[in-house]
Amino acid sequence: MKETIACRKAFSQTLLELAREDRDLYAVTSDARGSVTLNDFAKQLPDQLIECGIAEQNEIGVAAGMALAGKKVFVCAPAPFLSARGYEQLKLDVAYNRANVKVCGVSGGVSYGTLGTSHHALQDIASTRSLEGLTVLIPSDGAQTRWLTRWMARTEGPVYMRMGRNPVPGLYGPDTEFQVGKAMELKAGQDLSILAAGETVSIALEAARLLEARGISARILDLFSIKPLDTEAILKAARETWAILTVEEHCVYGGLGGMVAEVVSQSYPVPMTIMGLPDEHTYPGESPDVFRHYNLTPEGIAKQAQELFGKKQRQIAVMAKFFQQQEKRLTRITED
Amino acid sequence: MEQKFLLKKAREVRRGICRMVNRAQQGHIGGALSETDYLVALYYHIMKVDPARPDWKDRDRFILSKGHCVEPLYYILADKGFFPREMLDTFSLPGSPLIGHTNREVPGIEMNTGALGHGLSGACGMALAAQKDQADWKVFCLLGDGELAEGSVWEAAMFAGHYHLDRLYLAIDRNRLQISGPTEELMSQEPLAQRFQSFGFDVAECDGNDSAAIIAALEASFHRPGKPHLLILNTLKGKGVSFMEGQTSWHHGRITQEELERALYDLREEED
Repeated sequence: MKETIACRKAFSQTLLELAREDRDLYAVTSDARGSVTLNDFAKQLPDQLIECGIAEQNEIGVAAGMALAGKKVFVCAPAPFLSARGYEQLKLDVAYNRANVKVCGVSGGVSYGTLGTSHHALQDIASTRSLEGLTVLIPSDGAQTRWLTRWMARTEGPVYMRMGRNPVPGLYGPDTEFQVGKAMELKAGQDLSILAAGETVSIALEAARLLEARGISARILDLFSIKPLDTEAILKAARETWAILTVEEHCVYGGLGGMVAEVVSQSYPVPMTIMGLPDEHTYPGESPDVFRHYNLTPEGIAKQAQELFGKKQRQIAVMAKFFQQQEKRLTRITED
Repeated sequence: MEQKFLLKKAREVRRGICRMVNRAQQGHIGGALSETDYLVALYYHIMKVDPARPDWKDRDRFILSKGHCVEPLYYILADKGFFPREMLDTFSLPGSPLIGHTNREVPGIEMNTGALGHGLSGACGMALAAQKDQADWKVFCLLGDGELAEGSVWEAAMFAGHYHLDRLYLAIDRNRLQISGPTEELMSQEPLAQRFQSFGFDVAECDGNDSAAIIAALEASFHRPGKPHLLILNTLKGKGVSFMEGQTSWHHGRITQEELERALYDLREEED
């Protein structure tokens, strides 16, 4: 049974279960218990909830201090503020100190919709994955969020996890086992691969169904583990499908598309298309409106996939011609 | 007797700082010299630490938020036996863990700092952990006065007051100089004591270049539970080296061989 639930809710429910079993586990927040859905936690385990007021820098610094004194600390607040206002604390207090702090940002991407750019986190993949020693996760559904939350509680070391605000369809059964650093293949395919993370995974999966009906077989990879990245699965997708489309709820600079391109371009270059939010004032609207505006919809993705597939075929034709010429030339040289 | 030991130790630490900065041809020497007496008071009298067990759970913690003035801390940790004294010779050399800011890879260092305005939040987190465990250990944290312009310091101060973190012992190295000049010209800090009092701190003040006075002030504050503590250390930047005292230009500097000799003369062992 796959559960439709907001990742932040799956997170807070799991965190409460874990905290009941472990008195050294703390949730640290910055006037965000509503946004994170921590009200049950606050009611049931008030001693394990640390309220910092609206002060993300201090919130992350305090969490690091607690962790250095042996506590397991989950910082729980909106991703736009944690990842930007608290960035130096994330970089130094958490990552550089190797503090056992899990910085868990909810309402990432454009979750906050019409609240606008101040409340959007569209830069956090780029900024967090470049921090040495920090694990970066973006779960795509409730079951995965629960598994990752439990994994974080039992694993020493700093993590940044970004979650969305809205309910997302279940993609995995409750007993699915994951591995941080291993992408999940949600659908097999040979014609091209669509790589996504977070809310865009389920949209990509729908796009793959549309493509199937149009005779194109798309492989779907869920790159929930942004760092460590499953470079093997990416290169396998490049080798076996020869075309990669990335879809992210993030600026197209330095995000999911960028990190996949880093891998592909250096080891196995194949045609790629990067879909995400362009470098412009974000279109005002609720997140489905924003997604629609930037074609981050099943149809929009399918269309880009078809174009990419066409590009791949043209490129293969060009290469075939090139190889033919090379072969002739080589034969001529050998005959001479 | 102890006062004599502390004075002697402070001079020894200052000589060590000068040698390290001379060898490395770099270092934040002015602030290192101003904070030395506080570190001597902490490590040779106040704090419970064990060089054989740097990770001992119930140790007292010290966080140097003004992490650029790390030289006396390295010297003292080596002197206490946290790491071999010879390592001091590698200060700021390529490949050495003794970098120009606190580094947790060095035994005895509790937190990596460097960017200003971070240490107090970390210290608050530690003090809160101790409070939750009802543990006996204390957290000491030293800030520079120029650092007080960082907004995160005041977020942390608010937090410390709100949670009555009375295991937190904050100190401010009030040498009144920062890299570009006097603090009161660049960004005024007064009324410093009242500012922290209004955030819920128990505030005391003393001659920050007198280890015995620092010890007396800290020990008195141990008997005032219920609030986080602040000790304002009225210090002289460059303390102990005549040509550096009160000089903005010695915030960071190189020491020539000749300057080193003059400094060591100023800091020479005095006859009993």
